[in-house]
Amino acid sequence: MSPTDPLAPAPLDAPIEAPLLVARGIRKSFGDVEVLQSIDLTVPRGNVVALIGPSGSGKTTVLRSLNGLEVPEAGTVEFAGGDVVDFAQRPTKRQLASLRDRSAMVFQQFNLFPHRTVLENVIEGPVQVQKRPKAEATADARALLERVGLGAKADAYPFELSGGQQQRVGIVRALALKPQLLLFDEPTSALDPELVGDVLDVIRELATEGWTMVLVTHELTFASHVADTIVFMDGGVVVESGPPSEVLQNPREPRTKQFLHRLLDR
Amino acid sequence: MNESLWDLLLRSFLPIVGGAVTGTIPLALLSFALGLVIALGIALMRLSRISVVSGIARVYISIIRGTPLLVQLFVIFYGLPSIGILVDPWPSAIIAFSLNVGGYAAEVIRAAILSVPKGQWEAGYTIGMSRGQTLVRVILPQAARVSVPPLSNTFISLVKDTSLASLILVTELFRQAQEIAAFSQEFMALYIEAAVVYWVICLVLSSAQSVLEKRLDRYVAH
Repeated sequence: MSPTDPLAPAPLDAPIEAPLLVARGIRKSFGDVEVLQSIDLTVPRGNVVALIGPSGSGKTTVLRSLNGLEVPEAGTVEFAGGDVVDFAQRPTKRQLASLRDRSAMVFQQFNLFPHRTVLENVIEGPVQVQKRPKAEATADARALLERVGLGAKADAYPFELSGGQQQRVGIVRALALKPQLLLFDEPTSALDPELVGDVLDVIRELATEGWTMVLVTHELTFASHVADTIVFMDGGVVVESGPPSEVLQNPREPRTKQFLHRLLDR
Repeated sequence: MNESLWDLLLRSFLPIVGGAVTGTIPLALLSFALGLVIALGIALMRLSRISVVSGIARVYISIIRGTPLLVQLFVIFYGLPSIGILVDPWPSAIIAFSLNVGGYAAEVIRAAILSVPKGQWEAGYTIGMSRGQTLVRVILPQAARVSVPPLSNTFISLVKDTSLASLILVTELFRQAQEIAAFSQEFMALYIEAAVVYWVICLVLSSAQSVLEKRLDRYVAH
């Protein structure tokens, strides 16, 4: 990995041993339904944590709590070197900003800005939020787009791209912010099956480059290859978590076994 | 058609078009511009989570939509002087029309903002933008596309409604026609002439609307 590699994660500013992110006791209800019942999650630096589980298990809500898109009723989220955000009180703008400065998100529905070109989508955050010089942000953006095979699409509008291409732009838009943590919310669920591979290849490459990521996914085979930790959730609780060799190959909990069986029997 | 009537139509054409150029059109443009600013403010208040703020916006919209524009105009021009506030004809007209556009266009803008998918707000937040930044750079440009057809309607209505200003002594298209008609006693001919000039203005506006829609369509799949 060369020092100028555009895909390489930014250097870290806190001791290497501490986990990058620790979430504790995250609780969330929608109306009367308790969707998360005290979730704990630790994300060590350079690790890939995959959240898996049936629909409605709360995995996406956990992910969205990590950057404050969802505001839990209780629990804390703490980045190494950052504030502890305690959701017992309504988070302040500053606290939300501190979570969002350190992370970037890739969405299931891509959520590219349709009125901006691919390049404009990518440099929007660096230029408008991080106030980096436009020329520098543009050069970085072009290098990143090149790396994911979209160098020729810089001036296209999102509607001119396939779903797989749009999602790769979504990933590049996240990388351009040079975040410490990448959050992926079912990044391939909205894609046609033949387009899934290209996007997974990019994510796999990011994992080998040392990025820290939390990934909500239904792609269990993929998760077993890239993830350091698998977190299996059901009914708003973490049922079991550990390395893929345990959770996916030798699950302890009956609910995990049942879930994996149902998927493998298809 | 007798020759003197034809002659009258020709001679009245310049004053009537002059009334459009110096009265109707600037009155409509200025009121619409100010009205849009008011409308954006009211729309954002209406979307506020603070119930007092959205309540004020709701009441404003209700009053504007629930009372005749002519009455609003008369309250400002003929009503305010009785409590000691004198407003000249032109400012009265601009105040009344822009407040009126503000009420109608607020609902259009609110609906347009709500029509932008929630994921666009979230995408803005996750790249570190504030609410205001996301609104200005992500949401409003997309809402603008949606609101062009209904706002064009509002503008075309406004152009025609400016004829009401003739009743508070603003010299515009219709007042010119009225004065010439009263003088010449050729009411039918003059009012039809005025109607044709309004119609031509609105035809031009309609084609401007199509051009604008095409321009804003360049990033949308067809």
